[in-house]
Amino acid sequence: MKTISLQINGKKHQVEVEPEEPLLYILREEFQLSGAKFGCGLQQCAACLVLVDNSAQYTCVSPCENFEGKTIETIEGLRKGDKLHPIQKAFIEVQAAQCGYCLNGMIISAVALLRENPNPTEEEIKASLHKVICRCGTHSRFVKAVKNVSGYR
Amino acid sequence: MKNFKLPLTNRRSFLKTSGHLLIGFNLFPLSFCSTKETEELKNLYHGIPERPHKGREIIDSWIRLDAEGYVTILTGKQELGQGIRTALMQIAAEELDVPFEKCRIINGDTGQTANEGYTAGSNSVEGSGSAIRQAAAEARLFLLKEVGKEWNISIENLKVKDGIILGPEGKKKTFWEILNGKYLEENITGEAEFKSPDRHQIIGKPYQRAEILDMVQGKPHFVHDLRFPDMLHARVVHPPSYGSKLKSLDTSSIMEISGVEHVIVDGSFVAVVAKREYQAIKAWEKIRAISEWEKSLIKISPKVLFEDMKRNSAAPQQVEKHLDINSAIDKSAKTLKSTYTKPYHMHGSTGPGCSISLWKDDQLTVWSPTQGVYPLQNTLSDLFGLKKEQIRCIGMPGSGCYGHNSADDVSAESALIAKQVPGKHIRLQWMRDSEHQWEPYGSAMQIALEAGIDQEGKITAWKTQIWSDTHSTRPNGKAGHYISARHLENAFEFQKGGFSGGSYRNAAPLYTIPDRELLLHNYEGPLRTSALRGLGAYGNIFALESFMDELAKAAEIDPFEFRIKNLNNPRAIEVIQSLKLKSNWENRDQSRDVGYGLAFAQYKNSASYYAVLAEIHKSEQEGKFRLHKLTGVIDSGQCINPDGLKNQTEGGMIQSASWTILEAVQYDENGITSKDWSSYPILRTNNVPEVEVHIINRPEEKPLGAGEAAQGPVAAAIVNALSSILGRRIYDLPLREYFS
Repeated sequence: MKTISLQINGKKHQVEVEPEEPLLYILREEFQLSGAKFGCGLQQCAACLVLVDNSAQYTCVSPCENFEGKTIETIEGLRKGDKLHPIQKAFIEVQAAQCGYCLNGMIISAVALLRENPNPTEEEIKASLHKVICRCGTHSRFVKAVKNVSGYR
Repeated sequence: MKNFKLPLTNRRSFLKTSGHLLIGFNLFPLSFCSTKETEELKNLYHGIPERPHKGREIIDSWIRLDAEGYVTILTGKQELGQGIRTALMQIAAEELDVPFEKCRIINGDTGQTANEGYTAGSNSVEGSGSAIRQAAAEARLFLLKEVGKEWNISIENLKVKDGIILGPEGKKKTFWEILNGKYLEENITGEAEFKSPDRHQIIGKPYQRAEILDMVQGKPHFVHDLRFPDMLHARVVHPPSYGSKLKSLDTSSIMEISGVEHVIVDGSFVAVVAKREYQAIKAWEKIRAISEWEKSLIKISPKVLFEDMKRNSAAPQQVEKHLDINSAIDKSAKTLKSTYTKPYHMHGSTGPGCSISLWKDDQLTVWSPTQGVYPLQNTLSDLFGLKKEQIRCIGMPGSGCYGHNSADDVSAESALIAKQVPGKHIRLQWMRDSEHQWEPYGSAMQIALEAGIDQEGKITAWKTQIWSDTHSTRPNGKAGHYISARHLENAFEFQKGGFSGGSYRNAAPLYTIPDRELLLHNYEGPLRTSALRGLGAYGNIFALESFMDELAKAAEIDPFEFRIKNLNNPRAIEVIQSLKLKSNWENRDQSRDVGYGLAFAQYKNSASYYAVLAEIHKSEQEGKFRLHKLTGVIDSGQCINPDGLKNQTEGGMIQSASWTILEAVQYDENGITSKDWSSYPILRTNNVPEVEVHIINRPEEKPLGAGEAAQGPVAAAIVNALSSILGRRIYDLPLREYFS
């Protein structure tokens, strides 16, 4: 066991954990942040994404200690006070969900894309969501929601 | 059922006077701790007190108006991502005349809701929807009568708006005031009339799904997100292949792993329980590494599968009989014969199955993503020899299931483990490779079609032969349908229990064909199979509508015209004609770089009508293609929520495109080799086509099931488009080699 410090959604935390434990389980169990999901444990489906220093990263394999000193944002941290993130609003407006299990991966990927590139093309939007497995076939709505937020029309 | 019974009296008055609800349990206690914003305040309404339902025939089993001014709808159906919660609330709000915003809903829970079997076969709106509609209309009538009596006014002189009954001289009373905390325990008599569709204000409008607001914020929603104090985490190590037996496992070395509390070995059922989820996973990995198994081989290899089907199937079942179909076909002006195959397909849910069980004081509670809480209760009763009253199954949203996936298996397994660790909530989640390797698949199928057409292009005779394994092994009361029950020391035997009609679903053409025969060859194949979205309809429509294109070509008739010529069902014809217009068929790109394919079906020949046009383009990669667009038209009768219907139909189209282009379960003699997303790829965003859905709304007709309407037609449309661009027919799925 080791004490590691993690900065999650703007707050610093110290947790005593096995340093090799992947971040996903720490988020879900220590912090009750269940937005990031277990999908495959193989970095193939992106259900477990969080923002790490603004980029979308897998949490199902990487040991939690690798995230020390970095800024972690989870889907729960996107909303600021009463204000939903524009991507969250767009997903609601477009009703971009069926079962919703992949939503975390889709939303985190979209936020990471827009932070890097506020005016992505449709191809760039598709490419950024490509890593996320969606089985219900809601892809076209996800793309539409991201388009609605970006400068792209 | 002592744990779950609530006092039927006093509770309500207590709730009314205390002004706050004390509900049996709050599913997501932690979700309310974080912030104090408006939405959370709204969420402080935690719902009605629990109370077991008292039979389908009383209003209270479907509709409750509570002390706090809300309406709660109870349904035995599950939300699977299809938006059924919203659609059912719309129906209730419409018939009751209450604002939609006042409605809440409770899904399948043996402690609260009526038994509505499985959420399957696109039946929820037709089944539960009509029960709820009736209960709502009946509730409204009862409330009107109550007020009529009190005011001594005939109910014809009363109006209802937003849950308020309005009488002459400005008299008014709300539904909630009338009830004053009482339950609506009146019988549903059938006396109440439904609102006529021209007065509908809620049905037919696009309402947003409330749960999406929670999902986009990552709030707890799924069974996977449930947390209980002192909950333990479990993992099950499934055998390396079907029928393999555990030879040895040194459990002491597993117990040494930090956090591990129990290792359970019962025959070949192996599970581990640990404090933390990751500890359970580490132990699971170690068990896999050190356990020894007597392996059982899969004897029918993929290479010989379709040959074996023809050789080793049962004598055909004559679904539609004909005395001499062969001569009827031979007499036709032109005859054609083709055979089609589809491989085993996976449900492939994004999130592996998960459930939580608690075994306490001879009571078992299971939180499950099952499609049927009562069938689950029945089957657990068989598994444990418990009375049904000792088991409560609470349905929770899971990752999209599209049929019988791991949801029931994982529920039984968490219960098996909970029995060994009484008093603790046991959370079990499957690992990715268990989900891929152990879920029951949609059966591989082979379909041979023969038909004849006359000079005018009318189909004169048609023969269908299907070879398929069963499309339904849902554990409806039989524990042997759980894989783990078969692995126990005292194993339950799996009895297939006959083949269902699922295999020939949609095999009988809707087209007007005077002479026809339909033969089904039931086959016991090498892989575990059960219900996958659409059952046999996917394979059957793929074959039937591919064959229709071949016949149209033989008749030298436009594919739209050929289908219309052979139909006499006006709604079927209208769907096809509408697609022709919407897709701008007359002005299509006729260059050799584009291929189009049409297909049509009425799901189950009794539910939604759906036609689709696929557009395929040549890709930049030499000799390869990409699916550019799918345009669909759907007639589901009276449409409850147009956006929900579109969403589900778009989803079905993309999912079917994925099955058709990419998917086939891989296996060899050692077992299933499709064990993750790289060995079983599915369609991802870059390759998803544009999808466009048009609805023909028929408010005066009854609503028809829609959830599975697109699966079969999309497959045929893609194959027809590909065949057209290739200039030769394709008969076997998937189409992977042709797509970039």
